[in-house]
Amino acid sequence: MTNKEFARVTYMFVTLFLVMIGYMVYFNVVKSKEVINSPYNVRQDLLAKRVVRGKILDCNGEVLAQTVTDEDGTETREYPYDDLYAHVVGYSVKGKYGIESIQNFNLLTSNAFFLEKLAKEFKGEKNIGDNVVTTLDTKLQQAAYNALGNNKGAVVVMEASTGKILAMVSKPTFDANTVAENWEALNNDPDSSLFNRATMGQYTPGSTFKIVTTLEYLREHPDADDAYTHYCEGSIEADGTTIHCYGQTAHGQEDLADSVANSCNTSFSNIGLQLDKDKWKKTTEDLLFDKKLPCDLSYRESSFRLTGDSDSAETMMTAIGQGKTVVTPYHMAMITAAIANGGTLMKPYLVDQITNYTGTTVKKYMPEKYADLMTSAEAAQLTEYMTDVVNYGTGTALSGESYTVAGKTGTAEVSVDKQTVHSWFVGFSNVDNPDIVVSAVVENADTASITGTSVAKKIFNAYYYQ
Amino acid sequence: MVNIVVELSKYLMIIMIAVYTYECFAVFGFSDEYTKKSILRRQNVLMFLMHFTAFLVLYLQTEEKKMIGFYGMQVVLLLTIILLYTKIYPKVSRLVVNNMCMLLSIGFIMITRLSYSLAVKQFIIAAGAVAISLIVPIIIRKVKVLSEWRRFYAIAGVIMLAVVLIFGPVTGGALLSIQIGGFALQPSELVKIIFVFFTAASLKMDTSFKNVVITTVVAAVHVLILVVSKDLGAALIIFAVYLVMLYVATRQPLYVFAGVGAGGAASVVAYYLFNHVRVRVLAWKDPFAIYNEGGLQLAQSLMAIGTGSWFGMGLMQGAADKIPVSESDYIFSAIAEEMGLIFAICLTMICVSVYIMFLNIAMELHDRFYKLVALGLGTCYIFQVFLTIGGVTKFIPSTGVTLPLVSYGGSSVLSTVIMFGIIQGLYIVREDEEEDIERKKAQQLRNGQAGRRASEPSRRKNVSTSKAAKRPAQRRAEERGRTAGKQPQKISSGKAGSGKASVRTTGTKRAEGARKGRS
Repeated sequence: MTNKEFARVTYMFVTLFLVMIGYMVYFNVVKSKEVINSPYNVRQDLLAKRVVRGKILDCNGEVLAQTVTDEDGTETREYPYDDLYAHVVGYSVKGKYGIESIQNFNLLTSNAFFLEKLAKEFKGEKNIGDNVVTTLDTKLQQAAYNALGNNKGAVVVMEASTGKILAMVSKPTFDANTVAENWEALNNDPDSSLFNRATMGQYTPGSTFKIVTTLEYLREHPDADDAYTHYCEGSIEADGTTIHCYGQTAHGQEDLADSVANSCNTSFSNIGLQLDKDKWKKTTEDLLFDKKLPCDLSYRESSFRLTGDSDSAETMMTAIGQGKTVVTPYHMAMITAAIANGGTLMKPYLVDQITNYTGTTVKKYMPEKYADLMTSAEAAQLTEYMTDVVNYGTGTALSGESYTVAGKTGTAEVSVDKQTVHSWFVGFSNVDNPDIVVSAVVENADTASITGTSVAKKIFNAYYYQ
Repeated sequence: MVNIVVELSKYLMIIMIAVYTYECFAVFGFSDEYTKKSILRRQNVLMFLMHFTAFLVLYLQTEEKKMIGFYGMQVVLLLTIILLYTKIYPKVSRLVVNNMCMLLSIGFIMITRLSYSLAVKQFIIAAGAVAISLIVPIIIRKVKVLSEWRRFYAIAGVIMLAVVLIFGPVTGGALLSIQIGGFALQPSELVKIIFVFFTAASLKMDTSFKNVVITTVVAAVHVLILVVSKDLGAALIIFAVYLVMLYVATRQPLYVFAGVGAGGAASVVAYYLFNHVRVRVLAWKDPFAIYNEGGLQLAQSLMAIGTGSWFGMGLMQGAADKIPVSESDYIFSAIAEEMGLIFAICLTMICVSVYIMFLNIAMELHDRFYKLVALGLGTCYIFQVFLTIGGVTKFIPSTGVTLPLVSYGGSSVLSTVIMFGIIQGLYIVREDEEEDIERKKAQQLRNGQAGRRASEPSRRKNVSTSKAAKRPAQRRAEERGRTAGKQPQKISSGKAGSGKASVRTTGTKRAEGARKGRS
């Protein structure tokens, strides 16, 4: 036993502590923001005693939410667009929701000039909180809102190359200014207008799911583009279950591109029966089914329930998007964005930057890659098929414009009598260099007057023509 | 006006503790006794200023008169500790006394802010513990047979732990305490000290493989009982203390590798065997993911530290009371939230300073037993600090141990104050050793060639000369402590043999009395 060992032990523990202190500094500088913003953090409300809640702005600086202080010091949160941004911007009474909830800490933190802050602290006055500049674009939000009209449904508009969320609408909606007054009624609303259908509505995907089925078929049969053929007689039967094409149409001789363009149910049933269910499941997981999604707002996962034991009926139904599969409009927007972006999903985000109340940037959020959902070759092939959908298939309503669109329509039958359908559209514009991604669903659509496609068209028109 | 004081005080307290912390380390840079003394005295001034500022804020915020009275009592206690220790034992390390008071005062501030009634209990316990601890240095110095009671330490440790295991009620999922006449006693806190004495007594001479095996078996029994009692923190501390002592005593790193390997394997087994271990590991990975299934404490702790940031929310401005058990296991987070991370980091560095002083005395001593005791206690202290701070900041999975002297908890305060008392005793022992050596040197010079023969049977001579050395040491102490006055009586109070045992038993009785006050 010499003092060398004592010294060694001492150095070891001192080093351990220095590392731990380094970790604390790292935690405070890098990690703490995320932790502080947790909705579990009751401390945020303490900040409200010292700071006037900041504004929420759209990408052009339009005010989406602001706090107005009366002469007697009463603070009121105002939402100039009433119900337009109700779900995504949210509200901050009766608990918090939307951006008001996830950005609570930033809104209640003041990064004003420190001398001004100090002066106000000493005077016992409130400092002015930071502004949250969102990626939302009022023009597109308004277009999506108008396009849905009085129908229930949801729209998500994204920029594929960055992941910016440009618009997010859920209908029915509510006036964010009067949440406190109408709290009781809103909570008992049979149409659940408080519910954000864009991220939480679990819908049957209908034919939009054929994108996934096609991807899986391409993975199992790399030569499918040339080799696949199917003769559609308007229906297909397997083990006693018959699947019909929409409107009993017989599409005749089809290759894979035609099958997608025509959204041919019999052809996709045929494809589904040939697929390896385990690999299929794996592909859906690559596309983030039954997985956590990158989403700051509260959301629900999409689910794919097919297993090795599923029978032919279940398999065919699933292949055409009618089985037990459910998706959210938000998730479908992400899959479409990945296709538009060469297979790479950029992490969707809502907040572009935090500025102090004078407009100086405090923190700028940059686009981030989330994951590669598919190869760029697969994305290119799917884009080709989705372009055909618009050129000569079920999406021709979008053709003939000054912009190009690649997309997929869907009509999800949700009642036994097939009377009620949810009408879907997912797609992106300016196919060669994608501009925006639209994912739209219209509940119980009267397809003569409104479809997912017609909603999408109004949004594309607003983007290019307004 | 109140607002200004509260705001300013936050920064003032950070500056004061930062200077204090700096001086904890800067003091080693000066060899001149006078400068050292003035630095150490300035540390006391800083502590009292910080303590005053904090209580001024607490009073302004609560506007309760009792805060003033309580503040006064605390000042008296802290002053008494400093005066008694430095006057009765002029040879003790002043820095250790300073740090003990600083840690106690930070604890008083935060516990008072969280719960006045708990703070009062803590105050009473601390006062009692300090009173008891004042006799500890003299025991350490006088009772030379402490190193011979190996078997007693082993049996006492195991029995104390076993009693809890068999009779203890379950609190918070763990068997931690026994109820004696309605009062909770946490023997694992005291067993840590006894265990250090056992290991030191066992390894002081004999580091043969056979003895290592025997000692390891006893250590393993301690750890196993604690694991079965679900007191993971204490089990880990004993484990770490043993490994470090074994390594230093044997100079054999292979033992450490074997120990760490076995510990790692045991952790994996524990992970799959015990649900509460799994929950802690899962909470450590992502406390927010299992917020309602065991992640709440850690999540609240992280939110507290994060929201407080560098300068803190200010005393009583945060939500430190929202962290579960913020007065004991999570007091570090409460401090970080309201007094700031800079303050909390300074607090961490003060703990490191305490550790360095423990290891400093270990290196300066010559007797193997005392060296190992100082090493063991130092490791015990710093490892516990590491477990608690690392645990609440998500650096490591949390084990639910207290921050010594700062956290609320009678057994914890008592055992830590005793631990500090032992270290102070060792500082006195060192002085004796040095005087002994000097005396021997002088004798050697005088005896000339005859000295060669005297140095041969070194062990026996050591015992006899250390007894003989007391006289000059005592004389010198008397000369130096002429102003202190009480030196002669105090030394004569340390009788031999059975007298020591009686001192010990009264000490334990008083400790129980202090605990009664707590619950």
